[in-house]
Amino acid sequence: MNNNGEERRLNGAAEDDDDDEDDDGNGRGLEAWERTYADERSWESLQEDESGLLRPIDNKTFYHAQYRRRLRSASAVRIQKGLIRYLFLVIDLSKAAAEMDFRPSRMAVVAKHVEAFIREFFDQNPLSQVGLVTIKDGVAHCLTDLGGSPESHVKSLMGKLECSGESSIQNALDLVHDYLNQIPSYGHREVLIFYSALSTCDPGDIMETIQKCKKSKIRCSVIGLSAEIFICKHLCQETGGSYSVALDESHFKELILEHAPPPPAIAEYAIANLIKMGFPQRAAESSIAICSCHKEAKAGGGYTCPRCKARVCELPTECQTCGLTLISSPHLARSYHHLFPIVPFDEMSTSLLSDPHRKLSKACFGCQQSLLGFGNKPGPRVSCPKCKHQFCLDCDIYIHESLHNCPGCESARHSKPVAMSEE
Amino acid sequence: MASAPSKLYADDVSLLMVLLDTNPLFWSTSSLPFSNFLSHVLSFLNSILLLNQLNQVAVIATGYNSCDYIFDSSVSTSRGLENGRMPALCSNLLQKLEEFVVRDEQLCKEGSENGLASSLLSGSLSMALCYIQKIFRSGPLHPQPRILCLQGSSDGPEQYVAIMNAIFSAQRSMVPIDSCYLGSNNSAFLQQASYITGGVYLKPQQPDGLFQYLSTVFATDLHSRTFLQLPKSVGVDFRASCFCHKKTIDMGYICSVCLSIFCKHHKKCSTCGN
Repeated sequence: MNNNGEERRLNGAAEDDDDDEDDDGNGRGLEAWERTYADERSWESLQEDESGLLRPIDNKTFYHAQYRRRLRSASAVRIQKGLIRYLFLVIDLSKAAAEMDFRPSRMAVVAKHVEAFIREFFDQNPLSQVGLVTIKDGVAHCLTDLGGSPESHVKSLMGKLECSGESSIQNALDLVHDYLNQIPSYGHREVLIFYSALSTCDPGDIMETIQKCKKSKIRCSVIGLSAEIFICKHLCQETGGSYSVALDESHFKELILEHAPPPPAIAEYAIANLIKMGFPQRAAESSIAICSCHKEAKAGGGYTCPRCKARVCELPTECQTCGLTLISSPHLARSYHHLFPIVPFDEMSTSLLSDPHRKLSKACFGCQQSLLGFGNKPGPRVSCPKCKHQFCLDCDIYIHESLHNCPGCESARHSKPVAMSEE
Repeated sequence: MASAPSKLYADDVSLLMVLLDTNPLFWSTSSLPFSNFLSHVLSFLNSILLLNQLNQVAVIATGYNSCDYIFDSSVSTSRGLENGRMPALCSNLLQKLEEFVVRDEQLCKEGSENGLASSLLSGSLSMALCYIQKIFRSGPLHPQPRILCLQGSSDGPEQYVAIMNAIFSAQRSMVPIDSCYLGSNNSAFLQQASYITGGVYLKPQQPDGLFQYLSTVFATDLHSRTFLQLPKSVGVDFRASCFCHKKTIDMGYICSVCLSIFCKHHKKCSTCGN
C-alpha cells in the first residue's frame, strides 16, 4: 500500500486535477488531499526538547522576516507624501461578485475589509476624505459623496449589498473623474477599484477615459479578486497606481491595508497651497445651541466654528455654514510620523552575536524581555543605529508599525533641540 | 475630536505602569519634598498589589537625561533588607532608584540646563508601551494594562511629536493614560493624553495628601471605573500654536505638504519652501 503511494507521488506532479475520481487507478496522479501535503509537511517542523515534550512552533522569526521584507520595499528615505487625499473606493457589484471562492462571497469579503480599511484610513489620514462608488448592471452609482466621517460611509455600504449584471470600468472612471474635478487643487486625487469581474462592458473607448484620468492627475489603483486583466494593468501603469491580485482573504486584507498610509506624492500632481483651517474650542458643558449637522438643539459638548460661530458636533469636519475646514491639533499630529519617520533598526547578525568583544544586553531596552535564547546563548535582536540600544524582534515590529518612536532615542537628551516645536 | 470610547472590561486584574518623575530641577523647588512623595507612592504601590493577588506593577523613572525601569513586580525580587521594618518591595525600589538618580546626574552635559526644566516623558511613555505590548502577547488571559504618569516637570515642546505618537499608539491599543500632575501650571500634553486615551487627569489641590488622591482616583481597576464618578476633563485646549510667533490661534493657514501652521497667509511655506 505504501509503495503504491510512493509511486503515485513521483509521477503525480504533471497530472491534471481531477476532483471527481477519488478512488482512481494507478498512474492517475495525486488525490486532492495528497496534493496539499506534497510540498509542505508541517509535521516535520516539530521539535522535541530534552525531556521528550514537544516544543511550541516558533513563528516569531518568520513574522519578523516578513516584516523586514516589507520594510525594505518601503524605503526609509524621506519621500514627499501626499497627506491630503481625496480617495474614491469603487466596488464592483456585478454578477462576478457573487462568486463563492472567497467565503461567503466576494462581495461580502470586500465589504468587510473595506469597512476596516475606511477606519484605518481615517486613523492615518485625518485630513482626507473618502467617497464610495458601486458598479452594478453596467452603471456606476455614487453611494456616498466625499466626506470625512467614517460612520456614514460604513452604514451606507452595509445597506446595499446586492449584485447583478455586468461591470464597466469606463463608467466608474467617468463618474469619479467628474467628482474629483471639483476638489481643491492641493488635494491628491486617488481611486481604488476592487474588481471581481474578468471583463468590462464599456459604452465607448476606455483608452480615451484612461488618458482623461491621466491628464486630470488621478492616481488609479486596482485590487483584483479573480485574475490579472490587461486593462487594469494598463490603467494602473498609465496613472501611476498599483495593481495587485488577491490570492485569498488574508492576502486581500494585506493588499488593501497597504493603501492606508499615504503614497509617495508626484510633485506636479497637487499644487502646494496654504489652506485656511479653523481650530474650534470645545463649548462649555452647560451651553445649549442648535447644531448645524443634525439641525436640532443639543446641550453642551460641541465645537464652535471660529469664523461663523456655528456649532458642530465632531471633528474633523467642514463647517456647513461658512465652509471652513475645522480640525484640532491632534489630527495634524497624527500625520507627523509620515513626515518624521524613524530609521529602521539594524539586524544583529550571528557573527556579531558570537563576537566576544561586543557588549550584548541581556534584556530588550523597550520591554525588558530576555534576549537570551536556548541554553543562555544570545538570541536574535536588532539595534537602533542612532542610540545603539538593543531591542527584541517584537518590539522592532511594534515600534515601526505603531509607535513610531524609538524608546532609546527618546530616553536620551539631545544636545541640540529638534527642529519641530509646538505648543 | 471625540474622547476615547471605553472598552468593556470583564475582569479587575490590572497591570499598572507608573512613570515616576525624578527630575532634580523640579523636586528641588517643589513644596512637597521628594522623600515624602516617595512614601506616598510606595504606600500606593503596596495597596495596588494588595487589591488583587494577580495585579502587577512596573515602575519606570523619568529622569532629566535618561529613563530606566526601576521596579517590576512580576520578576521575583532578590531579598532586600528584610529586617522586619521595610518590606522587600520598598528596599528594592529605593535601591534601584538611588542608582538611577546617580547615573542620571552623571550624564549631565555642561550648559544643557537652559530653558524650562522638562523631563524625558516621551522616553518613559515609549518604554511603558513596549512593556504593555509584551503583556498583550503573553496569552489570552492577561491583566488589563494602564499607565499612570506622576509628573511635576513642565512640558518640553521638543517632545511634542514623540508624545503625540505615543498617545495615538496607546489609543489604538486601548490603554488609558492617567496623569497626576504636581507642578504649578497645568500640563497640556498630559491633559491631551488623558482625554484622547480615556484616562483621568488630576492636579491635586493639596499635594500633602497625595496618598488619598492616589488611592481614591487612580487605584481602581478599569472594570470598576464604570461605577465611579472620577474627575472629568474640563477645558482641554486643542488649539494649535503658529510656527512663526508661537501663540495659540483659532484660525490659521496649513501648508498642504508639510502641515506647518501659520497665522498669516504667505506666498511660500517657510518650512518646506513650497
